Amino acid sequence: MDMRILTIAALAASTILAAPAFGQSFKWARGQDATTLDPHAQNSGQNFAVLHQIYEPLVHRDRQSKIVPALAVSWGITSDPTVWEFKLRPNVKFHDGADFNADDVVFSLERAMGPTSDMRGLLTSVEKVEKVDDLTVRIKTKGPNPLLINNLTNMFMMDKGWSEKNNVLKTQDFKNKEENFAVRNANGTGPYTLAVREPDVRTVMKANPAYWGKGQFPLKIQELDYRPIASAPTRIAALLSGEIDFVQDMPVQDIKRVSDTKGLKVNSGLENRSIFLGLNAGDADLKHDDVQGKNPLADKRVRKAMEMAVNREAIKQVVMAGQSLPAGTLVPPTVHGYTKELDAIPKWDINAAKGLMKEAGYENGFGITLHCPNNRYVNDEKICQAVVGFMGQIGIKVNLAARPMAQHSPEIQKNEVDFYLLGWGVPTYDADYVVSFLYHSKQANRGGWNATRVVNKDMDAKIQSLTAEVNTAKRDATIAEILKWAKDEATYIPIHNQALSWGMKATYDIPVQDENQFYAKYVDFK
Amino acid sequence: MTDQPVLARPTLRQRLADFWDSDIAWSFRHTPLAIIAALVVLLIFTAALIGPWLAPQNPFDPGSLNLMDGKTPPMTPNAFTSNSFLLGTDDQGRDIFSTILYGSRVSIFVGFAAVSLALAIGVTLGLLAGYRGGWVDSLIMRIADIQLTFPSILVALMIFGLFKGLFPVGSHNDLAVPVLVIAIGLSDWPQYARTVRSVTMVERNKDYVSAARIIGQHPVRIMARHVLPNVLGPVLVIGTLGLALAIIAEATLSYLGVGVPPTQPSLGTLIRVGQEYVASGEWWILLFPSLTLLSLALSVNILGDWLRDALNPRLR
Repeated sequence: MDMRILTIAALAASTILAAPAFGQSFKWARGQDATTLDPHAQNSGQNFAVLHQIYEPLVHRDRQSKIVPALAVSWGITSDPTVWEFKLRPNVKFHDGADFNADDVVFSLERAMGPTSDMRGLLTSVEKVEKVDDLTVRIKTKGPNPLLINNLTNMFMMDKGWSEKNNVLKTQDFKNKEENFAVRNANGTGPYTLAVREPDVRTVMKANPAYWGKGQFPLKIQELDYRPIASAPTRIAALLSGEIDFVQDMPVQDIKRVSDTKGLKVNSGLENRSIFLGLNAGDADLKHDDVQGKNPLADKRVRKAMEMAVNREAIKQVVMAGQSLPAGTLVPPTVHGYTKELDAIPKWDINAAKGLMKEAGYENGFGITLHCPNNRYVNDEKICQAVVGFMGQIGIKVNLAARPMAQHSPEIQKNEVDFYLLGWGVPTYDADYVVSFLYHSKQANRGGWNATRVVNKDMDAKIQSLTAEVNTAKRDATIAEILKWAKDEATYIPIHNQALSWGMKATYDIPVQDENQFYAKYVDFK
Repeated sequence: MTDQPVLARPTLRQRLADFWDSDIAWSFRHTPLAIIAALVVLLIFTAALIGPWLAPQNPFDPGSLNLMDGKTPPMTPNAFTSNSFLLGTDDQGRDIFSTILYGSRVSIFVGFAAVSLALAIGVTLGLLAGYRGGWVDSLIMRIADIQLTFPSILVALMIFGLFKGLFPVGSHNDLAVPVLVIAIGLSDWPQYARTVRSVTMVERNKDYVSAARIIGQHPVRIMARHVLPNVLGPVLVIGTLGLALAIIAEATLSYLGVGVPPTQPSLGTLIRVGQEYVASGEWWILLFPSLTLLSLALSVNILGDWLRDALNPRLR
């Protein structure tokens, strides 16, 4: 009998003693999980967050958002201005041991340009990808595209052999809920290999012993344990109790408390991302409103009235606890094409807004559904709730439908919402990325996230011309013209650029990167 | 029993006097806890009933809110608008006092409606099972047993999940309250059915039921007129306790974010919102709704407990 108790006690003790071995892992929490691990399925920062640890692009942005070499060691435009040449990094191996070479680059870029890929909007200018030799690749563009490199920072490289073997030659069709092997499995060249993938529970990544960057990066983290914790208070409680090492999306109301806690630290900075409302101005009738036979949002006066009713300062002060920069454009200040004039914020004026509603014949308002994510952006659902109030003040009765981003985003891509909240980061740091995805009418490879249904052939042509325009002055003039039109049309209501706050154990001191991209390989600590 | 000839109709006065002398009223007068609980319940019910006339603000009308009033501490002027609120405001500028009044209405309505639904289903099926016996009994009771193996909150969550899948997102807000009632009602019926069945099985074999059967009364009439009045006592007790549970279930579902729409907060929604801010110093958003829910559920529960004791002859 005693023997048995002793054994049990010994076993219990051994598990307690063994625990620190698991404690070596760096626990990283966020509000939501990556929706898929297929690297080309969704052009979305929440997926790149995980993918950048496992897969690598040819080039990426570092902690200061500067473009640095990853799988390409050097690159440049050849004597032919429509051809880019990339020299690839030698002696790089995928996690399964296969060599990385030019065939994989050609394969990956072609995969990302395929019909089911969400990344192809970034590669519209590409005509052909060619292998020159094992370590040289040329990209031929449809006209000169001096900014091509900006579009490649999240374009991950996959192994051709692995993709053939596992039947993932084509990108997962995310919008139509397709599943494939690459959704839960990964084989990249990155600093971490995928060990465990439990969607919405945890994703464990282990240091890649054969990583090419050994000696170049600190690579101190041996095991990376990514945990989506949807509830913000739980996330913070986990940080305060020491269970989590790093929380990437801190609720604004907890910043003070966490920074006042000994041993914890909060780093903040403005994210390169605007938060805005989209309006279906193009359809003849709306699905989610109570006006029969016509579309109230098609009337510019209604859109302007709605824009005027949004009290951005109140959102900043109350909802964001000061952690935002109210905006009058979808182009963040860090992005090429931004001007102060463009960013002028429409005056908050309920009476003028009511006047416009009356002029448009909607004196008594109308009812409409606002679709909103509730786990993606800082206080997204609270912003939407505030918007419901603002719209109520000018007679628009808003029915709020808040749901997780995984349900919200496909409906935007499929034009199934009429009034919605979305955030748009600009990884290329150029306004082309904003107008191509959000203002170009929805077509196969452009306008993928534009649910305004507005089709303006003239503007579409101008947006398309940006890619190949080499004359910077002329290009800038076109950008200014498009953005002026965009501001005037008010098919989107910009709200703000959100500030980012990363909370962590003080030993790590990870600086905020303005794309909200965390790279475990850079983390250094004693 | 019920068919006894009535000699003279008692006056209202007589009836009241009879009630005052009855065992239940005596027991009530001599249980201070029950009196306090009844007063609290009465206070909250009345406040909820006349809430719209009592509340300084309509928190369910988003257009009347001023976001700048958000997170104002109780009885302290807001830094931007210098408005002051008795119990403070939540993160959207809703007056907590008004929201509690309006939110309790939702909670109490859902509680009553859900218990009524559960009663209707449970009593009907219980009577049927107990009276008919045989395969009808086995079928109904096995279904009840199966459902009892799931925690009722899980059943309610499942019903909510089905509803979210079946109806378009835009209709969710309008349908939220009826669906809450259905979800909680459907998850609670087995306990009523079980009690009613066991009492019915005892009553079924008594002489007055046999007599009714012999004179050729229809089984439905026997169940409704003869058996039902005798099972109502225990049902009333679990019904009262069930009301407290239903109010808590509504709060739980809304707390989990599947209940009422965020623009029409109930007590559970307020507690969820308040919980996000409790660590950052805005304690009043959590405290006052929680206290209301606590006193409401506790008082209803105490009343139910007292009723059970008062109706139980063995405890007298």
